[in-house]
Amino acid sequence: MSGTETERTPLFDFHSARGARMVEFASHFMPLQYPAGMLEEHRRTRQAAGLFDISHMGQITLRPKSGSIEELCLAVERLLPSDVLGLATGRQRYGLLTNERAGIRDDIMFARRANHLVLVVNAAQREADAEYLRAELPASADIETHFGERALLALQGPSAEDALARHVPEVRSMRFMEVRDVTLAGFPCIAARSGYTGEDGFELAISADAAGPIAELLAEEDCVFPVGLGARDTLRLEAGLCLHGNDIDEDTTPTEAGLAWTIPSVRRQGGVREGGFPGSELIFREIVDGSRRRRIGLVPEGRAPMRRSALIFANDDAREPVGSVTSGGYGPSVGGPVSMGYVVPELAVPGTSVHVDVRGRRLPARIAKLPFLEPRYRRN
Amino acid sequence: MKYTAQHEWLAERDGTVTVGITVHAAKELGDVVFIELPEPGRTFARGEEIVIIESVKAASGIEAPFDGEVVEVNAEIVSDPELVNEDPECGAWFMRVKPAVPGALDAFMDEDAYRAMIDQEH
Repeated sequence: MSGTETERTPLFDFHSARGARMVEFASHFMPLQYPAGMLEEHRRTRQAAGLFDISHMGQITLRPKSGSIEELCLAVERLLPSDVLGLATGRQRYGLLTNERAGIRDDIMFARRANHLVLVVNAAQREADAEYLRAELPASADIETHFGERALLALQGPSAEDALARHVPEVRSMRFMEVRDVTLAGFPCIAARSGYTGEDGFELAISADAAGPIAELLAEEDCVFPVGLGARDTLRLEAGLCLHGNDIDEDTTPTEAGLAWTIPSVRRQGGVREGGFPGSELIFREIVDGSRRRRIGLVPEGRAPMRRSALIFANDDAREPVGSVTSGGYGPSVGGPVSMGYVVPELAVPGTSVHVDVRGRRLPARIAKLPFLEPRYRRN
Repeated sequence: MKYTAQHEWLAERDGTVTVGITVHAAKELGDVVFIELPEPGRTFARGEEIVIIESVKAASGIEAPFDGEVVEVNAEIVSDPELVNEDPECGAWFMRVKPAVPGALDAFMDEDAYRAMIDQEH
């Protein structure tokens, strides 16, 4: 990993001017919350629209050295158990970079453009991902990182379409996971209909110099409110979405995490492009035999939040834990505490009663299905 | 009114002390979503963690400022934790306690000293 210096995103002044409380996250100064507070920012995103600075995430362009986009897609499939080749131009997918132990190096978005691929990777992993791609794809891809030179904004919530369409009318016709080149405030912008909140919305990739003007323009809309990392976390938790480094990491497998759906049949055993990615044999075995633990939702019966690292027990006097919490806190739209974690497969059934150690006391909770709230993506 | 270095306010009346957290502390915590208060009748020693406050961000504890006994707790903030952000220095008091020895409050800061401490932190 390079760079111990904490970086500012192109929107640092935008955040300061709005009184954000800044924190260091993945080597960037990021807004934790604005004066409205996390609860209000969360509710505004679910009711209207939230504007998020996610410029710390890594944007990477891959271009085929051979000139053939199909060859590039096949090369990327050696690292990513997804159907990259079958992805239509202008579409994006969620996928997992796996390791030899079937663990998850990173979870990413990848989009197919006319003659190249665009990846969006996690902030904390971006340097490692770039290094990995360069090491693994030397002959097939020209790899261009846009760290620092490009910004990424997310506009999320039921009013996101209206707010963005006032400036770019054509976004109304975009569907969930569609990617399109548009012009916003005179700047070129790659708009994707996706996000990390469970709401309809857009992610907007723009040059660093365009970030300030575009953020100001969107924030001027009556229905748009700036939202920090605090509410981003409660929104994604309610939506049942994983945070890499917490809910998934190099030691959790796609099957354990309930993310085997990202591996389509063409890449599975018997598929035309079966396997050929790191950890494929282990993953195939787990898909058939099951994994030794499963990611689950957890709803405490009381009001005390059950947070990361809390141990889960089958009952209130069991000696050995059956799992642990990987993310947890208060879910503002659920109106109570919610958590995510892993338990042994026998207990990974919604409705099952368990106990969780909170500050030395065993408190009751129930296994729940994920997500906690139904997503409101614009699927058609 | 007296103040602790942990941003509690202490108001003494007829031998009992009402305890709460300051506006400054409530602001730093962010939105409060859960509070656990001790049972009335519980005795405690100075430094013991007797209150748990959870904001959206994180959990934190409040340590007893002196030895004593819990006389009464504010059930309203347990059912409506957001009150702590709205009215921390009045309606959202945490508990009333009886110090084990008289004069327990003498050692704590007055308002001027507390303000000076906050200013130093920033």
